Amino acid sequence: MNLALSDEQEFLREAARGTLSRFKTVEAAREALDTPMGTDGDQSALPDLWPTACEAGWPGLLIDEAHGGAGLDAFDAMLVMGECGRVLAGVALLGHLPATAILDDSPNAAEFMADLASGARRAAYLPAQPPGDLDERWSADPASGFARGDLPVAGAGGRDSDNGRVALTGSFAFVPDAPGANVLVGVAVRDGLPVGVAVLADAPGVQVTPVTRYDVTRSLGHVTLKDSPAVVLDAPVESLAGAWHLAQALIAAESLGSVETALEVSVAYAKERFTFGRAIGSYQAVKHSLTEVLRGLENGRSLLYYAGWARRGAPGEFALAANSARSVASRALDHAARTMISVHGGIGATWEHDAPLYFRRAQLSRRLLGGTGSATDRVAGELLAQADAA
Amino acid sequence: MDLDDTPEQAAYRAQVRSWLDEHSSEAPVLQGPGAITDEDEIVAARRAWQGKLAEGGLAGVTWPKEYGGQGLGPIEQVICNQEIARAKVPGILDAIGVGMLGPTIIAHGSDEQKGRYLGPMLHGDEVWCQLFSEPAAGSDLAAVQARARQQDDGSWRLSGQKVWTTNAQFASYGLLLARTDPDVPKHKGLTMFIVPIDAPGVTVRGLRQISGEAEFNEVFFDDVALDEGAVVGGVGNGWGTALTTLMYERVTIGLGGEGLGYNSTRFAAALARDPDARRDPEVRHQLGQIASELLAVRFTGYRTLTALQKGQIPGPEAGLAKVTIVNGAIKAGDLIADVVGPDALAQDSEWAYMISFLPGLKSAGGTEEILRNTIGERVLGLPPEPRLDKGIPFSELRSKEGAPA
Repeated sequence: MNLALSDEQEFLREAARGTLSRFKTVEAAREALDTPMGTDGDQSALPDLWPTACEAGWPGLLIDEAHGGAGLDAFDAMLVMGECGRVLAGVALLGHLPATAILDDSPNAAEFMADLASGARRAAYLPAQPPGDLDERWSADPASGFARGDLPVAGAGGRDSDNGRVALTGSFAFVPDAPGANVLVGVAVRDGLPVGVAVLADAPGVQVTPVTRYDVTRSLGHVTLKDSPAVVLDAPVESLAGAWHLAQALIAAESLGSVETALEVSVAYAKERFTFGRAIGSYQAVKHSLTEVLRGLENGRSLLYYAGWARRGAPGEFALAANSARSVASRALDHAARTMISVHGGIGATWEHDAPLYFRRAQLSRRLLGGTGSATDRVAGELLAQADAA
Repeated sequence: MDLDDTPEQAAYRAQVRSWLDEHSSEAPVLQGPGAITDEDEIVAARRAWQGKLAEGGLAGVTWPKEYGGQGLGPIEQVICNQEIARAKVPGILDAIGVGMLGPTIIAHGSDEQKGRYLGPMLHGDEVWCQLFSEPAAGSDLAAVQARARQQDDGSWRLSGQKVWTTNAQFASYGLLLARTDPDVPKHKGLTMFIVPIDAPGVTVRGLRQISGEAEFNEVFFDDVALDEGAVVGGVGNGWGTALTTLMYERVTIGLGGEGLGYNSTRFAAALARDPDARRDPEVRHQLGQIASELLAVRFTGYRTLTALQKGQIPGPEAGLAKVTIVNGAIKAGDLIADVVGPDALAQDSEWAYMISFLPGLKSAGGTEEILRNTIGERVLGLPPEPRLDKGIPFSELRSKEGAPA
């Protein structure tokens, strides 16, 4: 039994914190809200953190050492995501890491891996939700509304040709880190079955439209594919589903990083702000609200350990673990961000305070990658299936 | 990061399992066909079984060898618990004695007390109960009013009332926190005693709860005589002694949270039986929310174990797991009863029992509010609530509250 950080993991986390502390990411997040987005989706107010990520080796975290990566596991990636979440750093890992997880499981993608591991080329994951009890299709996040979208059909465009290439037509909305990515990796349907696909961003018929919503530190894109040539990856279907669950775990880790900051800032203020002759943190109403934030944080952390262990240690439980983590972390961040505002009183709701930036992060995060609700539903589905099997 | 046994732990697990393979047919049957139903018979059978577990080294795993224990660590205790659960046999009857009160006597008791009491406790020959809480002293435990007065010959006379006492109806002894000096501030005037439950003047009365069952007792003390050797840890040191017990209580809760049966697997199984409910998005959403938090507690337990393995003592944050478990189970009970309907509230329904038990459990071991205060202050470092009892002799405090000391 060992559910604690190793020395190497402590070092990875401290190094990430140190690296990110060189940038004023939170201040930049505020300034970017008032800065119009460039045509290619870039935010001039935000620091470009990709070169830093490359120096630190983060793009190759989940890529096998034989392919030039660090050969680490999901938990290590979650530690880095947590540090990004602490300071609202927009590092394009939420898109890149799940994509590299699929590619690393695809022998026919080996030639891409060195560049993806070094970060010389960047990948973005086209989120594809695996079938669940209530929706038996693979589906994509829609641009608007409640109904989920279909995945692209491979080969429908008729440009099915040599070298295992197919033509893809379809769309994915709110794809994390799609603007500026070199290769898009996801799932398409061929002959009724899911297959992994990789599309170069500059291939014919590929359009990536940058979008920002509410939290501009989060780079998003709507991706449309029209007869776009794609490589069919030989990753197994478990790897395709695994990438979705991995993305859930990564956004959970990032969210909990934001919870850490929200709690630390709120606790510090509750100690120094006095009303009626007492520090406000001495009042039970404030104290209990903050311990509730701590409860969510600790529960979420425990589930990150579960997910981090399960991906290799108990692959059959990874979906349950990762989606549980997402469900708990998302609620924890919602509560933490609202508590951060209310503990600070009126000042917490003003533009110059950091609390609204964490609130924006919480609001957008819970609606990405299928939304927290779909993660929560999958927890139920996995447990009901376990009950049937017992 | 792993959940695996080390080679030493695997060897210990194999040893426990092999003992259980050999002896589990001797365990009392408490459920299903052939189960014992008479309460007295159940207690007798479980006491005998505890004796066998102790002989096999499966009780008092963490106790030092000189007191009949195995001298092992908390991780071995958990392995032992897991194997006992896996073998589907009952564990020890006196978990409170062996888990909390024995370790307190080991830490603070005299050699004479250790020699006299620990062996029979471990073997189930004498069951113990914890006499701490009172009608007016629960979360504020240092406000106990049970009064022990020392006599000229050094012996003591005890009067007062305790409540929420598990196992008192068949206990031989209790560890009792009493006030021995009301004229000093409240934490200072306390003393811990060993009290024979069959002593003249002790009355045990069952305390019926919401379910109708009496799982706890009220215990009354009317001028009970105790000899000088009944004091544990010194006169006036009762608070420090009690803190040791409470620390072991936290460890017990931290390691055994899921042992209460409030876990995601059980609740999901109940809902899986209903073909319509299991496809209802609202039911699924609630199940997912409840279950994800309860799953978290399982892994918080593993984190606690890892800390214990490294020689760290779990802090009050382990109490947050209790908040999650109790509130999760309350929501699960509501959800399952909403799905099942009034039948969930039938007299013999496991859900009716659970629904009845949980409101009281919310306050057990300290109310949720006091837990949140403790965690807010000790873990988050928030300033304490201003207190009006600091440095004030207990007798003055009582008169301010409008009651006789």
